[in-house]
Amino acid sequence: MTTALVLTTSGINCDRELAHAFELAGATAELVHLNRLLAEPGMVDRYSLIGLPGGFSYGDAIGAGRIAATLMREALYPAFVSAIARGVPIIATCNGFQIAAQMGLLPGPAAGEPWPAVPARPTVGLAANDTARFVDRWCAVEIPDGTRCIWTQGIELEDAGGVLPVAHGEGRFTVGPDLAVSRLAADGQIALRYRPGENPNGSLDAVAGICDASGLVLGLMPHPERFTRWTHHPQWTRLEEPRGETLGLAMFRNAVAWAKQQVAAV
Amino acid sequence: MPTAVHRVEVRPRTGELDPRGAAACREAQTLGLARVPSKIDTAAVYLIQGELDTDQLALLAGSLLADPVMETATLGAAPPLADAVIEVHSLPGVMDPDALAVESAIRAMLGLRVQVRTARRFDMHGVDTATARQVAERLLGNPVIHGFHDEPWHPESFPTGTRSRAGSGLVVIEDMDDRALASFSRNAHLFLSVPEMRAIQAEYRRQGRDPTEIELETLAQTWSEHCVHKTLKATIRYRQQPGPPPDWADRPGHEIAPDGAITIHNLLKSTIVAATETLIADGIDWCLSVFVDNAGVIAFDEEHAVCFKVETHNHPSAIEPYGGAATGIGGCIRDIIGTGLAARPIASTDVFCVAHPEKWTPDAVPAGCLHPRRILSQVVAGVRDYGNRMGIPTLNGAVWFDDDYIGNPLVYCGCIGVMPREMIAGEPRRGDRIVALGGRTGRDGIHGATFSSSELTGSHADEFGHAVQIGNAVTEKTLLEAILQARDEPGGCLYSAITDCGAGGFSSAVGEMGCELGAVVQLEKAPLKYSGLSPTEIWISEAQERMVLAVPPESMKRLEEICALHEVELSDLGHFGTDDRSLVLRYGHREIGRLAMEFLHEGLPMSTREASWTPVPVAASTRRADEAPTCRDALLALLAHPNIASKRWIIRQYDHEVQGSSVVKPLVGPGGEGPSDAAVILPVPGSMRGLAIANGLATGLRADPYVMTLAAIDECVRNLVCVGADPTRIALLDNFCWPSCTEPQRLGGLVRAAEACYEGALAYRAPFISGKDSLNNQFTTDDGRTIAIPPTLLISGIGIVQDVSCCVTMDAKTAGNLLVLAGGPTTGAMGGSHYEMLYGHAEHHGELPAVDPAGGARAARAVAGLIDRGLVRSAHDCSDGGLLIAAAEMAMAGGLGIELALDGRACFSEDPARYLLEIDPGDLDAVTAALSDLTHVVVGEFTGDRRLTLSDAQLDVPIDELRSAWLGTLDW
Repeated sequence: MTTALVLTTSGINCDRELAHAFELAGATAELVHLNRLLAEPGMVDRYSLIGLPGGFSYGDAIGAGRIAATLMREALYPAFVSAIARGVPIIATCNGFQIAAQMGLLPGPAAGEPWPAVPARPTVGLAANDTARFVDRWCAVEIPDGTRCIWTQGIELEDAGGVLPVAHGEGRFTVGPDLAVSRLAADGQIALRYRPGENPNGSLDAVAGICDASGLVLGLMPHPERFTRWTHHPQWTRLEEPRGETLGLAMFRNAVAWAKQQVAAV
Repeated sequence: MPTAVHRVEVRPRTGELDPRGAAACREAQTLGLARVPSKIDTAAVYLIQGELDTDQLALLAGSLLADPVMETATLGAAPPLADAVIEVHSLPGVMDPDALAVESAIRAMLGLRVQVRTARRFDMHGVDTATARQVAERLLGNPVIHGFHDEPWHPESFPTGTRSRAGSGLVVIEDMDDRALASFSRNAHLFLSVPEMRAIQAEYRRQGRDPTEIELETLAQTWSEHCVHKTLKATIRYRQQPGPPPDWADRPGHEIAPDGAITIHNLLKSTIVAATETLIADGIDWCLSVFVDNAGVIAFDEEHAVCFKVETHNHPSAIEPYGGAATGIGGCIRDIIGTGLAARPIASTDVFCVAHPEKWTPDAVPAGCLHPRRILSQVVAGVRDYGNRMGIPTLNGAVWFDDDYIGNPLVYCGCIGVMPREMIAGEPRRGDRIVALGGRTGRDGIHGATFSSSELTGSHADEFGHAVQIGNAVTEKTLLEAILQARDEPGGCLYSAITDCGAGGFSSAVGEMGCELGAVVQLEKAPLKYSGLSPTEIWISEAQERMVLAVPPESMKRLEEICALHEVELSDLGHFGTDDRSLVLRYGHREIGRLAMEFLHEGLPMSTREASWTPVPVAASTRRADEAPTCRDALLALLAHPNIASKRWIIRQYDHEVQGSSVVKPLVGPGGEGPSDAAVILPVPGSMRGLAIANGLATGLRADPYVMTLAAIDECVRNLVCVGADPTRIALLDNFCWPSCTEPQRLGGLVRAAEACYEGALAYRAPFISGKDSLNNQFTTDDGRTIAIPPTLLISGIGIVQDVSCCVTMDAKTAGNLLVLAGGPTTGAMGGSHYEMLYGHAEHHGELPAVDPAGGARAARAVAGLIDRGLVRSAHDCSDGGLLIAAAEMAMAGGLGIELALDGRACFSEDPARYLLEIDPGDLDAVTAALSDLTHVVVGEFTGDRRLTLSDAQLDVPIDELRSAWLGTLDW
């Protein structure tokens, strides 16, 4: 059985649709409360997919995802790193991305380097949108050539709709003094970019999502779980039939297919 | 180590953007000040009171409070970075959700209990302190809930709450005469009328004792207009002059006297409720729970029900728009959680009525009122922050501008929920525990129910600041998840009834739930935000994010476990059931109140009220024929009118995709700019059966509330039909906002609106399932002038979409397709139209359009039939601004042009019941045949050249020019 762990906690609010997306793609999904996971981090070993959903964990007090990341960082990092070693695909959307970046899961060590024993100091961040305002819209996206990300491999964007929705107030991708975005690009760790003219928040280099060097861990501001059927598409009443699989569902199918073949049992 | 207050500032690292500062600076330019800041730098400020050593403080600053990637932390206060420094701190007792979250994070990190307060610091360049303070007070904070400091504020300790006088003493009313009763009622903020006070006096004389304070407060809350709707439930004698009385004699509960006066027994029951009952008797079998619960419930499919509720939160929003709107939506969401055995909220709606922002200079705004731009920006922010945090998509709404809303804006918040059909009702049982879940009780929100039942004055901000609150959405979200887990326990629902703590707090929630059984409440068991509350304050506090459940004792343990997992606080306040059906209030060992449920719920004296109606004559022409604007000018001006202009600025701030259920979004078309007539969602994941959500608001027609109401119902139905809803499965909600109804003509208008609801519901076979009224919406200025709001009736509707793959959107699809006008006639009546608002009316054109509900219902069915057959490419209702505006919106939304062939007079009238349909020329014969019973005419053709032209060449304008006008007005 290919089962996804979908994390939920105070203020997380995209957990149910994330679980539904895993199910549409052929996995089963379980919502697990952070308090249960903190009590028993070893639970992570039972799952072959992990989703960190969007929302406003703990009200996004201080900064988006800050408190959740603070609670999870020391306690869950080892369990997540061992899941990555087993080949478990992890998706962190929106608030999940903000959490993953702050708990040291993204961008992770450079290719060929091992994961450090303790979480690394964050090097990428999701800052307040350049408009200082929450924005809900659909953006055309592109998948950079040569990305290592397993979630976006082999997807023909044109057939898949080529757009994803964003909805956030703090999604401006930025890097700290110790990291150059060109390093991420050169290493194939940019998983998704907004197309020219579509950057909704002033993200550096139009980065919409990044992955770790293994390609398993994807963090992104757009919500692929909100584009799993064609009637999600913002212009579906104008589209010609027939159509392929939507971009969101195609991403989950990639991960579920990977998990079915690649994930080692504990 | 001494307990000190530590101060940490967090600001963007040098070289990083400061978007919040830039936005504040941009917004400051609109305040009309002589000098404005050239730049604003912002910082978050944390004050932490607790025993922290230097290392711990550095750890908190460096790894919790500041993001190492893009922020830096300063311990203490940085020296001024600009010409003026202003800090905005919450006043003591005001909800500070971020502070609560930081406190629990520090507890998790360090194992320390500390107290935290958050604030923001603004360093303003290019202005002196006095100007900086003006910017702060007008933009960055609100004196009702915030304190302003001209320099970094670092107190030595946090202020502690003041203790109220304890106990609930006796209030001697036995010998009061009417004057004394009246003045006591007002001074104690009871807002009860003299006859009501007399009824209470008589009851206590009968008992041979005086009431306690807590008993009086309970009665005042239960009998408030807000809670009991005594105007709409009163017996009303209605006279209409001149001419014969209206033809209402056959309506239920109506009696007509020989002199033509009509007596209506319980207006609400005899009109709105009566229509629903008639429809149910006539075969509508999908109304599952109407007018009895916190929301109306209809069947969705075989297994699921949906419920819908709309509330207003007007008076709090007038004083503190951000908190008022946020707690408005928060309260409405709790109504949904408190319907049946709890529903999951799946969509929200919002409608705002405010004064024209552009017309009011800051100095012209009456004392005690906030500027309309500030009100609108802040209510939008409040709905955004609460709704988005709850993870409920905000999908439908409207904004109506009228200067009479200057002192009393309207904030309507709606929420829709879904639940299993077996969960639509609950009933407390004798012996059930009274369990409060969620937020703690504080002094905030005291007298909200009685306050909202009074009219506003310039001093209300001072007098009722405590009725205003800030919400904490995350508390409500955890509460929701805990409740739904308890509802869906494998062994069955853990509670037998649930309701929300809204207006009236525990008093209202326990009083209503225990109405049949009685209840014993131990008030000292309620967890408090701070010490010092009197028992009465605990009982009537309207602190947010609380629900009350009736829980069988054997389920308590499991419920406690679920609450612990979700970190939801649970308290056991007592039990339901007494021998004599009384409400017993205790504090420790002391009994401080004992009320008979019968007197509490049935003792309110109902009066007979006089209503009259004299039709308002159409004013003589206000414009000469040669003063008429050109068609082009009128079109551009109407598109820029704020009622019509794009609301993209608002809509894009709301998350309308969360829950992954969207099908027809609020904005449609290639540019994402087209204003949808209605939203469509999938309430049940995996099913293709949809729910459409829309509203109708026709305040322009307020000269006759009967016409206004029928037009609003018609508009709501058309909006639903345009996206593909089944017109035989539409349910409606009424939300009246009226000024004071003591004047007979005002009450007459209210009667007419309710009577029109009856006629409209029957004609469209669209039952009302819930509703609410808010009266006394008026503002009295310091110099005694009363500004009454326009009588306003919001009609909200939901409709079932049998299969969402048949849905239609309003954006024009293809050049060469025809535009067909179908439905009611275009009479050219301009009364109440936006054209008339801008230009007045010419001779004979000022009458209101006639509404023919039977014809409107026929049109709805015919159009729905065409959509069902796939013959409609796009559909749009023809309403605000008239036909030309609607056609322009379709073309703009689709990125196309349109060539119209119209009589000029028909361009701007707002006759109801009309639809614009985009039809493939090949389908025209089929469409014409299907519309044979209705007025229908081809009025134009979509083109690829992005121009709007009128065939007789009076008009030829590029679509992009229209678009600029339409997008520009509210591009805040």
